Amino acid sequence: MKNKLGSSLLTALLSALALVYVAPIIIILLNSFKSRFYISSEPFSLPTADTFAGISNYIRGLSDTGFATAFMWSAFITVLSVGAIVLFTSMTAWFLVRVKNRLTRTIYYAFLFSMIVPFQMVMFTMSKIANILGLDNPLGIVLLYLGFGAGLSVFIFAGFIRSLPVSLEEAATIDGCGPVRTFFSVVMPLLRPTAITVAILQTMWIWNDYLLPYLVIGNDYKTIPIAIQYLKGGYGSIDMGALMAMLVLAVVPVVIFYLLCQKYIIKGVAAGAVKG
Amino acid sequence: MKQLRRFFPLFVMPTLIAFIIAFVVPFIMGIYLSFTEFTTVSDAQFVGLKNYAAVLTGADGFGRSFVFTVLFTIVTVISVNIIAFFLALALTRGLKLTNLFRTVFFLPNLIGGIVLGYIWQLIFNGILQPFSQTLTSNSVYGFMGLVVMTNWQLIGYMMVIYISAINNVPHEQIEAATVDGAGSFMTLKKIILPSVWPSVTICTFLTLTNSFKLFDQNLALTAGAPARKTEMLALNIYNTFYGRMGYEGIGQAKAVIFFVVVAAVALAQLYFTSRGESDG
Repeated sequence: MKNKLGSSLLTALLSALALVYVAPIIIILLNSFKSRFYISSEPFSLPTADTFAGISNYIRGLSDTGFATAFMWSAFITVLSVGAIVLFTSMTAWFLVRVKNRLTRTIYYAFLFSMIVPFQMVMFTMSKIANILGLDNPLGIVLLYLGFGAGLSVFIFAGFIRSLPVSLEEAATIDGCGPVRTFFSVVMPLLRPTAITVAILQTMWIWNDYLLPYLVIGNDYKTIPIAIQYLKGGYGSIDMGALMAMLVLAVVPVVIFYLLCQKYIIKGVAAGAVKG
Repeated sequence: MKQLRRFFPLFVMPTLIAFIIAFVVPFIMGIYLSFTEFTTVSDAQFVGLKNYAAVLTGADGFGRSFVFTVLFTIVTVISVNIIAFFLALALTRGLKLTNLFRTVFFLPNLIGGIVLGYIWQLIFNGILQPFSQTLTSNSVYGFMGLVVMTNWQLIGYMMVIYISAINNVPHEQIEAATVDGAGSFMTLKKIILPSVWPSVTICTFLTLTNSFKLFDQNLALTAGAPARKTEMLALNIYNTFYGRMGYEGIGQAKAVIFFVVVAAVALAQLYFTSRGESDG
C-alpha cells in the first residue's frame, strides 16, 4: 500500500516535471502564431482574437531567412558527412586494429588526441586552410567533417572491432576473399549496430553545428543554425514573429527524426557512452 | 591478414588525409601562430611569448571569462549529474509512464545550441519582465539562465546513460540486499552506486567538457551581455579573434591555453574518478 502510494506520488511529480520540460517548446509554438508586437511584451499569454496572426510569421520568416534553402544545405551536408564518416572511419578502424605496428598505433593515438582538442584551437587556421584549398563549399566541408569527426568514430568502431573474433575474417581469407571483400561482406554487417551509434552521434553534432559552417561557408551558404543567427543578429529591430516561426521550423524536423528513430537514438547514446 | 597491409592507401588514406587537413595542420599552425602577430597568417611575425604574457595579464577579458566559465562548469556538472541520476532511479522502477517520461526528458538534447538559446531568451525575458528586468540587465541572470538552459539540455542525455547503467545492476544483488534488511538508501549506497560508478565517470566527463567548451548557447542566450560579463571562454576567444583587429595572435594564444586547460582538466578528472572506481 505504501509502495503504491509512493509510485503514484512519483508519477505525479515526474508528470509535473515533464510539463515543465515541454513548456518552452509549447510557448515558442504558441508565440509563433501571435502578432510580432505581442511576443516580447506578453510571451506567456495565449493568442487571442487581437493578437492572433495566422501563419503570417511563417510566411515572413521563410522569405526573410531563405529557410527552405538553409534546410536543404543542412540536410545535404549532414547526410553526406555522416555517410562519409561511417564508411571511411569504419574501414580505417578495422585496419588500425588488425594491422599492428608503430605507424598504426601512432595514427590511432593521434585520432584519440584530437577528441580532447576544443574547436577554438583550430577554428582560425582550419578556416584559412579550407579557404586556400577551395574547401569552402558544401562539398568541401564534408571533408572537414570527416577529418574532425574521425577521432570519436574511429574510437567507437575500434572498440567494437577489438571484441570481434579474427577467426571469421581468417576463414574468409582462406576462402579466397581479399581484404576489401572480407571487410564489406564479413566485417561490415557485424558493425551495423555500431555504425548506427556513430551515425546518430555524428548527425546530432553536424545538424546542429554552428561555428564550423559559419566560419567556412557562412557567407555563401547558410545552414539552419546560421540562418537563425542571421535573423537575430542582423541590424535593425528584430522580427520576433519571424524568429518564433523559424525556431518552430528548426525544432520540428528534429522532433520528427527523434520520434522515428527514438529506439536507436537512446540505444546509440547509451552504447556510445560505454565506449566513449 | 598479411595482405591487408598493402591496402593502407584504400583503408586509411581517405580518413587520414581529411584528418591532416582538418586537424593536424591547423593544430600545428595554431601553436606556431600563438607565438606570432598576424592578421592573415601569411604576414605572421614571430614575437615570442608576448601574446601569452598579454593573455596572462588579462588581455581582452580572459581572466573574467575564465572565472565565469569555471563557476558555471562547477554548478552545471553537479546539478546535471545529481538530477539526471535521481531521474534515472525514478525511471527504473517500472512506473507506468516511464517511456513517455524518458522521451520527453531526452528531447531537448537534440535541439541545437543556437535554437535553444533563443527559445530560452524569450522565456527568461518573460519571467523577468514583471520586475522590469531583462536577461542582460544583470550578469547574475545570465549566469542562472545559462545554468538552467544547460541543465534542461544535458539532463536527458546523462539520464539515459545512468538508466542503462542502473539496468545492468544484477537484480539478485538488490534483492539480496533487501532481504538482508537494507533500506533503500543503503541499497543505493552499497549496491547501486558502486556498480554504476563507471557511468558516473563518463557523465561527469561529458558534462565537464560540454560545459567548459559551451559556445552556441552562450552566443544565442546573452552573447556575453551585459558588458561581456557573461562571456564564457569559447566566446571570449572568438570575440578576440574576430572582434578586434590586431588581436589574432592573442586570440590564438588564448586558444592554446584553453586547449591545455581542457586537456588537463579532462585527464585529471578521468584519472581521479577512475580511481574511485577501483576503490568503490
